[in-house]
Order: sequence, then C-alpha cells, then structure tokens
Amino acid sequence: MSTINRRELLPNLLPNPDDFLIVSGLAGASKDTAGLTDDGSNLFTMAGAMGSTVSMGLGVALSAPSQHVLAVAGDGELMMGIGSLATVASMMPDNLTIICIDNGMHAETGGQLGHTSRRTNLAIMAEGAGIPSVLEIDLPDQFAEAANFITGQPGPRFLWARVTTEPPTAYKRDFDLAARRQIFRTAFQAKNPAN
Amino acid sequence: MKAPDREVWSKLVFDKLVNANVSLFSYVPDFGNTDIIKMADEHNETRTVLLTSEEEGIAVCAGADLVGQRGVVCMQSSGVGNCPNYLSLVKGGRFPMLMIVTMRGDYGEENHWQYPMGQAVIPILEAMGVLVIQVDREDELEHATEAAISAAYTGGQGVALVLSQKFLGAKAF
Repeated sequence: MSTINRRELLPNLLPNPDDFLIVSGLAGASKDTAGLTDDGSNLFTMAGAMGSTVSMGLGVALSAPSQHVLAVAGDGELMMGIGSLATVASMMPDNLTIICIDNGMHAETGGQLGHTSRRTNLAIMAEGAGIPSVLEIDLPDQFAEAANFITGQPGPRFLWARVTTEPPTAYKRDFDLAARRQIFRTAFQAKNPAN
Repeated sequence: MKAPDREVWSKLVFDKLVNANVSLFSYVPDFGNTDIIKMADEHNETRTVLLTSEEEGIAVCAGADLVGQRGVVCMQSSGVGNCPNYLSLVKGGRFPMLMIVTMRGDYGEENHWQYPMGQAVIPILEAMGVLVIQVDREDELEHATEAAISAAYTGGQGVALVLSQKFLGAKAF
C-alpha cells in the first residue's frame, strides 16, 4: 500500500517548477500542478480531452528540444491514452518526463476503482511500450530518488507514483483554455524568441 | 477517369506545407498519405510522428503550437471517428489545426465496412467546429491546400483538407 499523500508529491519531486514546461491532465493532476506553480505561465492544464496529456507533452517536447517537458496525468487519463506511450517511445524525446499520479480510482466522478487497483501494472506497460527509463514509487522515502530520476536518467522517462486516496491540492485554476493557450505561448516566446 | 499521380499531388501538398513552416507530420498510415509521409521523413526540416491512434495527432499538434511550431495530422477518413473529443482543443482553445484526410467510404467505395464512417466524416468534423475544405478534382488541389494552410495557421482555425475518392480514385477489391 502506498503511503504517499499526493499533495506532498510534486513539491518534493519538483523543487524548481519554473525549470520545466508542464502539461497536465484533467482533474486531480491539474489541481496539483496548478497548486505547485500558482497556475503558472509554464503550465497548460486540461479539464477535458481525456487521454491527451502524454501526446500533448510529446508535441511540446519535440518542438522545444532545449526544454525539459513534463506530462502529468492521473491513472484514468493515462490509461485512456495508453497507446501514446508507444508513440513517445518511437520518438525517444530525451527532454520528456511522464509523471502518472496514480490514486487507483476515478476520484473526480465519485471514486470508482480503476484498472491499477485491479491488475494493471503501469511500469510494465511503460517498459513494454519501449520507454527507456521507468521508476515506480509508493513511499515518501523515495522522493529524493524520484527527483534524481527526473533530472538524471536518460529520457524519455516514466515515473509511476502510486499515492493514497487523499484529495488533490485545493486550487481553483483557470479553465479558459483559449486564454491559457495565449498565456503559455506568450510567456514561452518571450523567453525563447528563437524557437 | 484516371486517378491523378499520387507522388505528383503529394509533392505539391508537401511543398506548400514546408513553405508554411510545418515541421511535424503526425500520421496513422494510409495508402493516400504514403508519399507525403515519405517526403516528410526524407526532408531535413520536417519529421514524422507515427501515432497509435489519430486523436493523438490533435494533441501533438496542439503541443507544438504551445511553443510556436506547426504540425499537421494525416489520416484516413476512418480516423476522423477517433478524434472528436480531442478536437475540444480546437473549438475550446482555438488551437490552429490542420488535418489531411484521405477518404474511404465515399465515391466508388467497394468495401461495406468503410461506408458508415466515410459518410460521417463531414458531419463529425463540422459538429466539432472544424472547417472542411474538400477536393474532388485535381485542379482544385493547389488552391484548396493554400486555403487550408491559411485558415489554420493564419486564421487560427481547425481545418480538414478532405481528399475525396473522386479525386484519389477508389481502391479496387
């Protein structure tokens, strides 16, 4: 059983969130990333298009090769777009890290159990897809190892963080995706005029 | 009527996309996009992304747009059926999007299986706010490609360049 409270996860893994471009998937994953960055201009959160987070992170990573890109998704989101792990592995972007915050359930819709609470092993699926660096954690003692994994192992990386069923970060983020697109693009272009 | 030479029309479309600074060519393989993808593989300034399912390409191109780059999604018409929920990014987020759809299940189709999805392509695209630019004849292709590029990357629209079987020719069984 995991003993990681998800609200402790990202602050421990990513002490310098401004070092990354972040795409995160719907519900809890985006509450956690928005809380971490105060809905930062280096973050694009989703509240729909379920399954698309890893693919969008891949698009960012391929198009901004000098940036470290994080795709942060819950287990339900990740499973819905699971084929994208193979798409990532075929492209081998060394600047992409996928973080799955796995609470084993669909918390947003009432806590219905998901596949990872049954028989599905995401580490084996990521390895099987061809992701070269894969790490599973379920204890707070592993935070330092996981932080080093994100910055030190060859990419693309897949971090499977199994967490308890405690709620995500309480944060009201901006749901206006057209506005958030502009904010992200403008901030990125100001910092990277040549990209 | 003889179908136009695929390599010739593919080169026309590919060159226009390269001139418009499209760098990512995401795709699920189809007979109709074979040459465009081959050209994108071989060109120094473009790369291809093999997708497991077409909707991934919508998200890949949206990700590219976040950092100022341009992508396209090439797919057979059956793949349009996989895309609607991800097209929320287009209608809701005003991400520019260019889909190149090579048709099955329309003019002259012999495969029963292709008809249901083929006939639903345009209603589905329109329901998700994607502008459809259809090519039925060879002499329409050049302007249609230019119009699709302008609508997507200058006009900020979701656009599908739909190459019909009247243009491509129907696959024989």
